[in-house]
Amino acid sequence: MSVADFQPVIGLEVHAQLLTRSKIFCGCSTEFGARPNAHTCAVCLGMPGALPVLNEKVVEYAVRVGRALECRINPVSIWARKNYFYPDLPKGYQISQYDQPLCEHGGLEIDGEDGPRRIRILRIHLEEDAGKNVHDPGGGDSLVDLNRSGVPLVEIVSEPDLRSSSEAAEYLKALRDVLVYLGVNDGNLEEGSFRCDANVSVMRKGSTQYGTRVELKNINSFRFVQKAIDYEIGRQVELIESGGKVTLETRLFDPVRGETRSMRSKEEAHDYRYFPEPDLPPLRIPAGFVERIERELPELPRAKLHRFTASYGLPAYDAKILVGDRPLADLFEQVQAVYRGPAKKLSNWFLGELLRLMKEEVREVGALRFSPAQFAALLQMVDSGELSNNAAKDVFAEMFRTGRDPREIAQEKGLLQTQDTGAVGAAVDAVLAANPGEVEKYRAGKKQVFGFLVGQVMKAMKGKGNPALVNAALKTKLGD
Amino acid sequence: MGPTDLSMLELGRKLGSGELSSVEAVRACLARVDRLDGRVKAFLRVDREGALAQAEAADRRRTKGKRAGPLDGVPVGLKDLFLTEGLPTTAGSRSLESFVAPYDGTAVKLLRAAGTPILGKLNMDEFAMGSSTENSAFFPTRNPWNLETSPGGSSGGSAAAVAARMVFGALGTDTGGSIRQPAALTGTVGLKPTYGRVSRFGVVAFASSLDQVGPMTRDVPDCAALLQTIAVYDPADSTSAPVKAPDYLAEIEGGVKGMKLGLPREYLELPGMDPEVRAAVEAATRALEKMGAQLVPVSLPHTKYALATYYLIAPAEASSNLARYDGVRYGLRVEGKNLLAMYGRTRDQGFGLEVKRRIMLGTYALSAGYYDAYYLKAQKVRTLIKQDFVDAFRTVDAVISPTSPTAAFRIGEKVSDPLAMYLNDVFTLPCNLAGLPGLSLPCGLTRGNLPIGLQILGKPWDEARVLRIARAFEREHDFHRRSPPLGAA
Repeated sequence: MSVADFQPVIGLEVHAQLLTRSKIFCGCSTEFGARPNAHTCAVCLGMPGALPVLNEKVVEYAVRVGRALECRINPVSIWARKNYFYPDLPKGYQISQYDQPLCEHGGLEIDGEDGPRRIRILRIHLEEDAGKNVHDPGGGDSLVDLNRSGVPLVEIVSEPDLRSSSEAAEYLKALRDVLVYLGVNDGNLEEGSFRCDANVSVMRKGSTQYGTRVELKNINSFRFVQKAIDYEIGRQVELIESGGKVTLETRLFDPVRGETRSMRSKEEAHDYRYFPEPDLPPLRIPAGFVERIERELPELPRAKLHRFTASYGLPAYDAKILVGDRPLADLFEQVQAVYRGPAKKLSNWFLGELLRLMKEEVREVGALRFSPAQFAALLQMVDSGELSNNAAKDVFAEMFRTGRDPREIAQEKGLLQTQDTGAVGAAVDAVLAANPGEVEKYRAGKKQVFGFLVGQVMKAMKGKGNPALVNAALKTKLGD
Repeated sequence: MGPTDLSMLELGRKLGSGELSSVEAVRACLARVDRLDGRVKAFLRVDREGALAQAEAADRRRTKGKRAGPLDGVPVGLKDLFLTEGLPTTAGSRSLESFVAPYDGTAVKLLRAAGTPILGKLNMDEFAMGSSTENSAFFPTRNPWNLETSPGGSSGGSAAAVAARMVFGALGTDTGGSIRQPAALTGTVGLKPTYGRVSRFGVVAFASSLDQVGPMTRDVPDCAALLQTIAVYDPADSTSAPVKAPDYLAEIEGGVKGMKLGLPREYLELPGMDPEVRAAVEAATRALEKMGAQLVPVSLPHTKYALATYYLIAPAEASSNLARYDGVRYGLRVEGKNLLAMYGRTRDQGFGLEVKRRIMLGTYALSAGYYDAYYLKAQKVRTLIKQDFVDAFRTVDAVISPTSPTAAFRIGEKVSDPLAMYLNDVFTLPCNLAGLPGLSLPCGLTRGNLPIGLQILGKPWDEARVLRIARAFEREHDFHRRSPPLGAA
């Protein structure tokens, strides 16, 4: 027996920050990186007598997520208190949702190992984030920073539909893309605005009875998700094969050692004593609210991917890269709308020159200095023969740097290829006259010489000769 | 007759005419506090400088012709769970002994806007848990009518201060009777408004779904005027209702003629009712009948479950509301060798016995495996109790009952028997569970010269009618004008 004889069963719980400007239950800013406790008030500090007031924007964002993930939006959902003691939790309870969440029963299509699969989503609920404990590295006091306290989160819980660590990673990426497309999350795992816990179990292949699950915490990058799950699958299989039993517990992933270790057992598990939050009335979604949000939903990554391959005829590889960054995909469509040439040609420019230069300098599409029309004009100059491909790269680099017009740059740099048949004819005549031996060889049947002659003409024209015109003139003069 | 014998509205009129100044009124209150509070012990803190400064400001407004309203310049007191910027707010607890409020709660802001100088903070059962003010972490308050007895609770300091004429009116809070029961025991008027009528923002929470702020005064018109000041929709409290308050004084003198008043059968069958209380309440109902009201027997069949229901829901919410007193950010902190020890020691030393008892009750009721049997079932019974009132109010305009089964009891008499103490609230609890307005006013005295309270319960948002019924009774009687025997001492 080995890992190959077992079927992993995985479900993910994702916590994603909603990018509202203020917190979920008070007016404090959600800005990241401020001085500790700068963004706090009586409410998010848990002062006596302070009461929560719901930020409506949060509901709008959550409904966006819910509908994008094909969930039912419950017309009435209930706020609940999750009670536990921790210094970063100022009220001693977290306001969350429990048995009546805002969204239920959705799904997300991903590229599974054997083709597209729909991963079912059990529920999505709203809650507030806790603060952060900062431990003095000098071994002194522990300090509490409550800037994050009250930052709005959605928790997105999948059904245990994932069957491998790579599917889990694929799901996580697809989910992140959707949230970023919706403009409700920045997809940043490292800064903690997108966090993931995984429930992992294994069962013998062919079995329908799920094994005992283990909850993995502290998975803070896409790479770690796969590593943590693979480690855990291996650990569980080994345990079962050596006659042991998997126990229901929470384990922490240690990214340095690449292993998981027990955090708390079932017996030590918290009893959160959930009960309906008496300080907040039930969340009621007004009639027409969901429909309005739906109308405003953007095209989602999956749909865009299909469209990019179907209507532009792009290879899946190209489409995936373009669609992976919504502004990039939008720019592609804007340029293509003006360019109207072969989409694959434009895609090559995007995946080649554009992304290369963006990596070096401007990292965001929004900060690019040139317009879609300028980009399209550059490509049209290449197609019409006015610019060689190499010259176009020079012009593009300059356009990328300055935002100046490509034609202006080409003229200034003297890169425009001449369209003047007289000038080409004169240059061809001069080259033929200067190389009588080569002309003789060509006429004797040594056709390879043709390339040499083209090169000589181009050289004489200092690279501005239009290759098509040069070829045609040479062939005529050589009597072909 | 000194200025402290005036009602709030009477004093307000004299302040308006310039016959008296607010500074004189505050000084008169302070003089009484100095003379009496050593024995009554109603105040946890007297803010002399603050009150005098606010009185001077009120007097300046008057001379400029810019009075803020009918209560501008009338000194009041606050139960010590109203957050009052710059003043200690202890909630009667060691855990908040050192806590100075960083902001004014909404009701306090409204009082300040109305111009009422805040004379000080009044004693209470710790976190409003209790019916005698003996659960204050600092000292018990005594009933001005008989210093050996309790003024009731949890707003016992507020009731005693009003009864002893140390303040003209006060704010209390009522979670299961904490305004009405002390009002009954001290011969004052206390109103618990409809849940959602007055903002809870800036009030230390006990049980969020039951807590409500209300006025405590010497007579019914004052009660209406003080309610008017604080009955304002507050977007900072999501349970505050956007329902506009009517003019509570407009029809207060309208009488009870033609009104149907319900007498709940079950209330008179409850055990432990003092015959003197029963007699006084029966006399009061007959008096109302004589004034033209029609008495109608009604049934509130789930009344017998109210106490059990209350003692699941209120402690459950309290166990969560009091989690924040953990020593991390404010209030008492007792250091320990690690985090858990710090939590344990802080909360052990910060909370008194009754608070601990209720935290344990509530934690238990919410625990996995017990939630359905206790908390959830209690919520269902709460719905039935609410429905009882909905049914009753189909045929009657208000419900009349005793406020408390007995008059004031001796200090120490019930501390060792929490169940006997809880039984004090049998008449007042259902009103909180149903979210209704309820008022207590004096309707008699026992042979031992202790006040007896009459309770009037109204339909949701119908405080105006409750006040009108109370006023009709009050106008024909003089119980509210009787003073406790303290004054002569």
